Amino acid sequence: MNFLESLRVSLRALKANKLRSMLTMLGIIIGVGAVIAMVAIGNGASASITSQIQGLGSNLLIVSPGQSNSGGVKGGAGSANTLKMEDLPKIQAAGSAVKAVAPSANKNVQVVYGSGNTSTNVTGTTAEYAEIRNVNVERGHFLTQQDVDGSARVAVLGPTVVENLMGSSTANVIGKTIKLNNVPFQVVGVTASQGSSGVMNNDDMIFVPITTAQMRLIGNKYLRQVFVEAASADMMQTAQEEITTALQKAHHIRAGKPDDFSIMNQADILATMQGVTQTMTMLLGGIAAISLLVGGIGIMNIMLVSVTERTREIGIRKAIGAKGRDILSQFLIEAVVLSILGGGIGIAFGWLGSNLVGKALKLNASMTVSSVLMAFGFSAAIGIIFGVFPARKAAAMDPIEALRYE
Amino acid sequence: MIDLTDIKKIYATGDIQVVALAGVDLHVGAGEFVSIMGPSGSGKSTMMNILGCLDTPTAGQYFLDGTDVSKASGNQLAIIRNQKIGFVFQGFNLLPRTTALENVELPLLYAGLGAKERKERALLALESVGLAKRVHHRPKELSGGQQQRVAIARALVTRPAIILADEPTGNLDSRSSEEVMAIFQRVHEDGNTILIVTHEPDIAEYTRRIVRFRDGHIEGDERVQNPRKAMPQVEEEKGAVS
Repeated sequence: MNFLESLRVSLRALKANKLRSMLTMLGIIIGVGAVIAMVAIGNGASASITSQIQGLGSNLLIVSPGQSNSGGVKGGAGSANTLKMEDLPKIQAAGSAVKAVAPSANKNVQVVYGSGNTSTNVTGTTAEYAEIRNVNVERGHFLTQQDVDGSARVAVLGPTVVENLMGSSTANVIGKTIKLNNVPFQVVGVTASQGSSGVMNNDDMIFVPITTAQMRLIGNKYLRQVFVEAASADMMQTAQEEITTALQKAHHIRAGKPDDFSIMNQADILATMQGVTQTMTMLLGGIAAISLLVGGIGIMNIMLVSVTERTREIGIRKAIGAKGRDILSQFLIEAVVLSILGGGIGIAFGWLGSNLVGKALKLNASMTVSSVLMAFGFSAAIGIIFGVFPARKAAAMDPIEALRYE
Repeated sequence: MIDLTDIKKIYATGDIQVVALAGVDLHVGAGEFVSIMGPSGSGKSTMMNILGCLDTPTAGQYFLDGTDVSKASGNQLAIIRNQKIGFVFQGFNLLPRTTALENVELPLLYAGLGAKERKERALLALESVGLAKRVHHRPKELSGGQQQRVAIARALVTRPAIILADEPTGNLDSRSSEEVMAIFQRVHEDGNTILIVTHEPDIAEYTRRIVRFRDGHIEGDERVQNPRKAMPQVEEEKGAVS
């Protein structure tokens, strides 16, 4: 009997037990669907995190102050007040690998404009910030060197702030005066929307000159972060070394003593985050794969029941000339058809599920060809592996016993 | 056609040995119509299984249509069953949820024939048992007699060397039994070799030769002097109408 005939016989047997076939497939459908969706969502999350980190700026290094240490109690990284404006020219002059430098000091403030009232984060910085952090200005202009030098009370708003204050992100706000913690500032620009990166909404921000921020809003001379753009991607390591040397010299840190600052490299962050999301993807995919395994056992279970139930049929077929091989292929094909059909439906569900979750989480949950092929191959393999045992049992039946079976 | 020499079948269950056949010699020529009779436990079922190549003897030789099948492997036996033997069972043993036509096609499917030839031959076989109008019925939609006729068509369709029927009328009323026996008689007249296992003397009288089994050996082997002619009522009804 050739393959097509066996396939026809198997399909008919599956059609005769539609409900049971559907329920058996359900295990595989859920398993494959879950694997596909999990991997797609994981890939989407990874891609989105990558683009967010790259969106921070290109060839970015972040210099943060070290840990605070008061009476032996160590604070978190970046909690110490060890970075000052005076460090900026030293970092800038650290070496040829450093292209641009921008300071940053933050504070949460109350923003008032007319009846509009919102609370947001103010970043004090310089003109270079826009270039280093890829901030584009939609209307007006970003902070200028003169603004910084003159401690001007000017502010650049993110579109979300504008929307919160005026009800619409496109409202005309340039030239208007807003109050930050009761200090009046004139709005000189609105940034283009960048979208949110995880917990941080890049559009819900206000930029003011670092000098003004320190003097009028924060009340101290320290910096929370210094953003450095390296000359090129290849120069990031060099820049990091140059800045380390320059700051060690500036802060009088003797060799062997811990630094009072730390430098994060965008590439390192990227690698770390990608490592995390990859682990998550593998974890979720692994859990989903277990459900696929359970689905396979479900197939074996039903096939065993089916073989017992159809003992008499097997006997009849053998009596009229079916070889062991014919019976084996009939039941094996049944199992494989169940798993492949389930796999196909599972892929459709996985695609649907990853799209829905992707929409809900605003991720680009991309279903990869490789995960589809893998799920398909995996389900076929499960059909064969878990189908072989019942099929062999059927093929090995003694026709006399089988015919006598009631 | 069938040549059995000193066929023995011994079942070993634990320490006890059960001798089902204690050396049987039997010769059935081509075109014979034989019934095998005997009380239960006489070994006639074992005989049937060996004749039908469902089982192999413990000892002895069995030549079927010129080939020694007593030492054949499982696969070879399957091929022999497919090509040389047509089975008719007491319980019909048709596949449920499968039409008469598909049931009859089944042996040809395992013989590896193409779909077109299978259908042609199956239709011819069904026609020869008078079921041309029932080819697309499922077993459940057919009477017992009709189901048995489908089974006979299935046995005939491969043009086997012998047709083996195990209590073919055991589940049928007398009218259907007569119908079935009429078909066997006609099949015999067409030159086929038929063996029927039965415990009903009436049924045996339709055949030409009766072989009697007792305690695992042949007790008697006689010609039927005046075989009964089966008069199927189907035809009588037809006559009554016209």
